[in-house]
Amino acid sequence: MSKKTKTMSLNFGPQHPAAHGVLRLILELDGEVVEKADPHIGLLHRGTEKLIEQKTYTQALPYFDRLDYVAPMNQEHAFALAAEKLLDIEVPIRAKYIRVIFCEIGRILSHILNVTTQALDVGALTPSLWGFEERETLMTFYERASGSRLHANYFRTGGVHQDIPLKLIEDIEKFCKSFPKIIDDLEGLLTDNRIFKQRNVEIGIVSKKEALEHSFSGVMLRGSGVPWDLRKSQPYECYEDIDFKIPVGKNGDCYDRYLCRIEEMRESVKIILQCIEKLPKGPIKSIDGKISPPNREDIKQSMEALIHHFKLFTEGYRVPAGNVYSAVEAPKGEFGVYLISDGSSKPYRCKIRAPGFSHLQAMDYLIKGHMLADVPAVLGSLDIVFGEVDR
Amino acid sequence: MNSKDIERLEKVINSELASKVQKSIVEYNELLIEINELDLIDVVQFLKSNESCKFRQLIDIAGVDYPENEKRFNLIYLFLSHEKNLRIKLVIKFQIDQSIPSITKIFPSANWMEREVFDMYGIKFKNHPDLRRILTDYNFKGHPLRKDFPLTGFNEVRYSEKEKKVIYEPVKLEQNYRNFDFESPWEGTKYIKEIKKLEKDVKKN
Repeated sequence: MSKKTKTMSLNFGPQHPAAHGVLRLILELDGEVVEKADPHIGLLHRGTEKLIEQKTYTQALPYFDRLDYVAPMNQEHAFALAAEKLLDIEVPIRAKYIRVIFCEIGRILSHILNVTTQALDVGALTPSLWGFEERETLMTFYERASGSRLHANYFRTGGVHQDIPLKLIEDIEKFCKSFPKIIDDLEGLLTDNRIFKQRNVEIGIVSKKEALEHSFSGVMLRGSGVPWDLRKSQPYECYEDIDFKIPVGKNGDCYDRYLCRIEEMRESVKIILQCIEKLPKGPIKSIDGKISPPNREDIKQSMEALIHHFKLFTEGYRVPAGNVYSAVEAPKGEFGVYLISDGSSKPYRCKIRAPGFSHLQAMDYLIKGHMLADVPAVLGSLDIVFGEVDR
Repeated sequence: MNSKDIERLEKVINSELASKVQKSIVEYNELLIEINELDLIDVVQFLKSNESCKFRQLIDIAGVDYPENEKRFNLIYLFLSHEKNLRIKLVIKFQIDQSIPSITKIFPSANWMEREVFDMYGIKFKNHPDLRRILTDYNFKGHPLRKDFPLTGFNEVRYSEKEKKVIYEPVKLEQNYRNFDFESPWEGTKYIKEIKKLEKDVKKN
């Protein structure tokens, strides 16, 4: 008599702490080995793209904070760049540097969260406690620039909303001087840790070819040994003038991706320090009165400014008809905005390209043949945030 | 991505795919190519394998709805070539009842992207392995990104204390969603615009 085997299906999430949000994963298990994974997403779908079609360009921007909510300003950046491309306006140099500073802060924010929660998923508690303290400091920088810790709404088409306070630059510099020590401490806990390595080395391996076929970007691509970073290969803003390196992995497993993220944090610190050193004086948003709102004093004095203010906050500025795609290197990968304008003050269509969407899609391919306990490790190293996957 | 590379790419594509390319435009330093939906598979295969293109990565598939056009839907495929550091946009236009060949065989990552387009626009893909809804709720009706789908939707959910479960109800709003028309001609009345336009045209000629 031959033994009959039956696979079991297991419902992982949507209320599971290691699901990093609201992922419902239906796993087909043969004993403890995963045979198939079918992610069900959309539990956090808010219809961002539909909403943006109803809003002016200024009103559409805050929706981008709510996509990948651990690195809000990087998303805003992609949208601002797309609108600027259509409007064909120049961003003042100071604004460019401020944007880069805050984008890199966003990168550190995101990578801290990812590295430490991944450690948490495989059993280490301390890194997340240490990491979150730093995240808190970084979020106060966000707050001091924009007024809110998370949903910054700080970037504008043509620049940023307000100039940053003087003391803030000093404090960011101070942070950058002390932060590498924290990364060292985190590495001390994890990099050579036996358990951490057992859980991550040679888990979730992605080959170069597969990484390309599955539309991977960011660390997922670099971890597999493809030296590709939009900041270097298709530089936007002032990344051309800044000296930094792109860490690239070798084996394409979870551990290499972790190492890439750690190195990227160090590079981000360098970028911020260079930006602070080079930060020029000058305007922080476009001086075109048809796009940037006038300042408060002018509104009190000038009729023209008052009318502009009124029109900009009711009708909004009109954007010439056309369609553009603009992408930035967000912490999680290539975040892109495909914008179609019909010449009115509201986007006709705004397609958001979220890196996490294609990463999560490859879950089935990544986890096939692994053990059930590897699911959180792989999921953690994919760096999934449901705000952007579900949109 | 400098403009010379893009011009070169445009030339290559126009010469190699001459009969298939209906229109090619370079705008904002981006190349856009319009093709017939029947040629989609061939063109995508060409873009992926040709030596001077090497578009090995599918970035995204975006649907667009133009209810007033006869060919109502547009699909825009965005590709990226790492080797050549180039991007390309591929556009197909088609009518509401047409189904489009799926490119999942060429790019496995197209799977979810096509599912999303199907979910949002109701566009069907031929030979897709698993065409289910992806982002909307189980048992959702309608296609939300179509322009005739109302922003406020049709159903809302809440937890019913009585029935001890989550229930669906038709949307009830105290005040309907208002879409204000702010686009009044503050920039000058219409005839001033027309005069300006005439002046521009004269200058051009």
